[in-house]
Amino acid sequence: MKLKTALLSAVATVALAPMAFADGHEGERGRDGQLNIIYWQAPSILNPYLSGGTKDIEASSLILEPLARYDQTGAKVAYLAEEIPTVSNGGVSEDLTSITWKLKEGLLWSDGTPVTSADVVFTAEYCMDPEGGCAQLSKFEGVETVEALDDLTVKVTFSGPQPNPYGPFMGGQSPILQATQFADCMGAKAPECTDANFGPIGTGPFVVTEFRTNDVIQLVANDNYRDASKPAFATVTFKGGGDATAAGRSVLETGEFDYAWNLQLAPDVIASMAEAGVGTPVSAFGTLVERLEMNLTDPSPSLEEGVRSTAEAPHPFLSDEAVRRALSMAIDRDLLVEVGYGQAGRPTCNLVPGPEIYASTENTGCLVQDIEGAKALLDGAGWVDSNGDGIREKDGVELRILYQTSTNAVRQDFQALIKEWWGEIGVETELRNIDASVFFGGDPGSPDTFQRFYADVEMYANNFDGTDPQAYLSMYSCDKAPRPDTQWQGENINRYCDPAYDALLVELGATADQAERSRIAIQLNDMLTKDSMTIVPLVDRGRVSAHANSLGGVVLNTWDSELWNAADWYRIGDNR
Amino acid sequence: MTDATLNTMEKPRNQWWDVWDQFKTHKGAVAGLVFLIFITLFVTIGPIIWDVDPGKLNIRNKNLRPIYMALFDSEAKTAWANPMGTDNLGRDIMANIMQGGRISLAVGWTAMILSVFLGTLIGVLAGYFKRLDGLLMRFTDLVLALPLLPLLLVMMLLFRDPLRAAFGPENGIFILIVVGIGITSWMQTARIVRGDVMALKEREFVLAARSIGTPSRRMITRHLLPNVLSPILVSATLGLATAIITESALSFLGLGFPSDFPTWGKILFDSVDRMTQFPERVLWPGLAISLTVLSVNYIGDGLRDALDPRIRGQ
Repeated sequence: MKLKTALLSAVATVALAPMAFADGHEGERGRDGQLNIIYWQAPSILNPYLSGGTKDIEASSLILEPLARYDQTGAKVAYLAEEIPTVSNGGVSEDLTSITWKLKEGLLWSDGTPVTSADVVFTAEYCMDPEGGCAQLSKFEGVETVEALDDLTVKVTFSGPQPNPYGPFMGGQSPILQATQFADCMGAKAPECTDANFGPIGTGPFVVTEFRTNDVIQLVANDNYRDASKPAFATVTFKGGGDATAAGRSVLETGEFDYAWNLQLAPDVIASMAEAGVGTPVSAFGTLVERLEMNLTDPSPSLEEGVRSTAEAPHPFLSDEAVRRALSMAIDRDLLVEVGYGQAGRPTCNLVPGPEIYASTENTGCLVQDIEGAKALLDGAGWVDSNGDGIREKDGVELRILYQTSTNAVRQDFQALIKEWWGEIGVETELRNIDASVFFGGDPGSPDTFQRFYADVEMYANNFDGTDPQAYLSMYSCDKAPRPDTQWQGENINRYCDPAYDALLVELGATADQAERSRIAIQLNDMLTKDSMTIVPLVDRGRVSAHANSLGGVVLNTWDSELWNAADWYRIGDNR
Repeated sequence: MTDATLNTMEKPRNQWWDVWDQFKTHKGAVAGLVFLIFITLFVTIGPIIWDVDPGKLNIRNKNLRPIYMALFDSEAKTAWANPMGTDNLGRDIMANIMQGGRISLAVGWTAMILSVFLGTLIGVLAGYFKRLDGLLMRFTDLVLALPLLPLLLVMMLLFRDPLRAAFGPENGIFILIVVGIGITSWMQTARIVRGDVMALKEREFVLAARSIGTPSRRMITRHLLPNVLSPILVSATLGLATAIITESALSFLGLGFPSDFPTWGKILFDSVDRMTQFPERVLWPGLAISLTVLSVNYIGDGLRDALDPRIRGQ
């Protein structure tokens, strides 16, 4: 028993390691005075159910809280709930059709009234009202009933098995509203309740005192917050508007603000701002991956329409795995990151780079450039330069690649670098860049779309919404290949087709156990990347925000609101 | 008196010497001609002397400043191996400007010659032959109404792959762009030429020529064309400028040459992002484009004065 306790506390220490520093700053509520936050897109409402905008969802996360949030690793953390329901603790039913949440005891709204299961049930009714246009309805997809079992217990029943039942009441997009405040705001009347939408009563660390649409929000600490020592700040000014450059300057150069959100600026621009030494840019990574897609079908213009770039005509040389692998080995991903993204990027070999539980940590083989190894691989596979023109060939097929992407300064730099490396291993590359609106336009009549893929290799970035990669990985099943009879629509850009992959996808759809889901997802990711080199990931692109050097406790989170842990923020040093 | 008369009779001067004498008095035109010869030599002979591959990446020497920056700022990263500096991937800027100039000038001249040829042909035919006038001018209106960008998009769609297969990626696109610009910019020339030809047709010397039985072919080449040369030259100079600029815009939209194929316009567009840190990268290709266009305009101006017998000799 003692051993178990010791082990448990060890686990807890590891889990709380990022918080350890914060623990040294415990004290009474409101001890650190004023906090200034700037978002260069201004919030226009504080009810996330009536707005799809990130700025509104994030601003409201200071006030409203869900039952549980995702942390910076994408793992679930209980907020208003006692614990995360799973199949093993009985919270999720064996047949995956229902989930039962239990609220913490003694929770109070900021007006002093208790939080009950009726509020949770009301929130579901509010969003699922057929007359209302709820912006977060997709979170409630498949929900049949939401019922209160007792004052603190809520049961959500789905119409079918749901391997990922954490849609409703999870994350900043689906917080709990107070039933009494919004009781008269159901359905079509929802947008008319201006007072409630601009000043919701919540359980979060702060309370709205003044809301000026598309401008400024003034907040004070919530007296009824469940942790008596939090938040450390007594008042918050949340300023909206301007542009990313101005927001970056106000935190990194002049120090007028403590926190700036989403600085979409070139790496050298952010770096030159940070030289002022007032603030620190921080970055976190989601699932956006810049990758090369290898065409497994023949895009040669000599083939007739309907056969060109379809499964009927396999690619003359990219169908050889050795060639694909050699092309990947020749790339120096560190240099690509340095040139294109700086702090907002990191080299990756994974299609699913996060959340951590789904990331294939073993897959790091591509991170080191190996020109000699690539040459040897091609030699071994029979691709040699026999006629002395600098380009390798085999059976009369020369390694000449048409490499296309959208028009974008960073992408053209990448093209130039990759062309050079491929030239070193004896592969000739012709570059093409296409206007982004055409390339991503999806027009079935245009030969230049990324789905049509009339090229050998193409480069773009893609990501998935939320933390579960199931839908993302199912894009690469055989039947999703774009072809003439699907009007060239479909997400399986490479025309990858492996029955084993499809079978594994079916298994993923029927598995609820987290560890098992992770294992299958990682295996699927590896099949596409390191095992077959069908997809050659290059850079994991992240988000950059900035905080003042005097602001402590900031943990940038791309899976939930960036302000998810604002209750834990504190002031460093004596300048209180 | 007799001697003097004999003297002039002895030396019949070629009229082009008179043109040259008049041209020389136009200072701007002479300066323009000198610059045009210089820039042409720079981009044709230059790469033979400055033997650096414009596409060669050298990441270790990226973002070098031009050599003259060392005068103002001893901290600046400069190298004699790259006198005009390098770009963000370490490509030599001087080599790129030379190579880019070759393409830009080639596109400009070829497209201009094509459009002037088409414009003059259609203008003269419409102005001289009454029967063709209505038909050709309505056709001109029709082409004038065609928007250039969508037309080029369609041309790209239809002809890119066959041209690429027949002439290779660079030459295929070159032909496509030159033809695209050429066939969409001849209309102004055609209208101007037609108007001038119609006015000339009613003049006495044309009547005289016709009365001695001059055939239409001789009439056009001997009497009409030399007299409409000045508007043609003026529109040709404007056409050269438009062609260079259109090519830059097309390259930027991804409709032009591949991204590893420098032209002045593309170097300019690629550098705009880092304009505040590295102004020279915008300055040099920008200067090259504007000075070339300006010098061609001055030459056109000087030529017009020189070719007009009423101004000549004053």
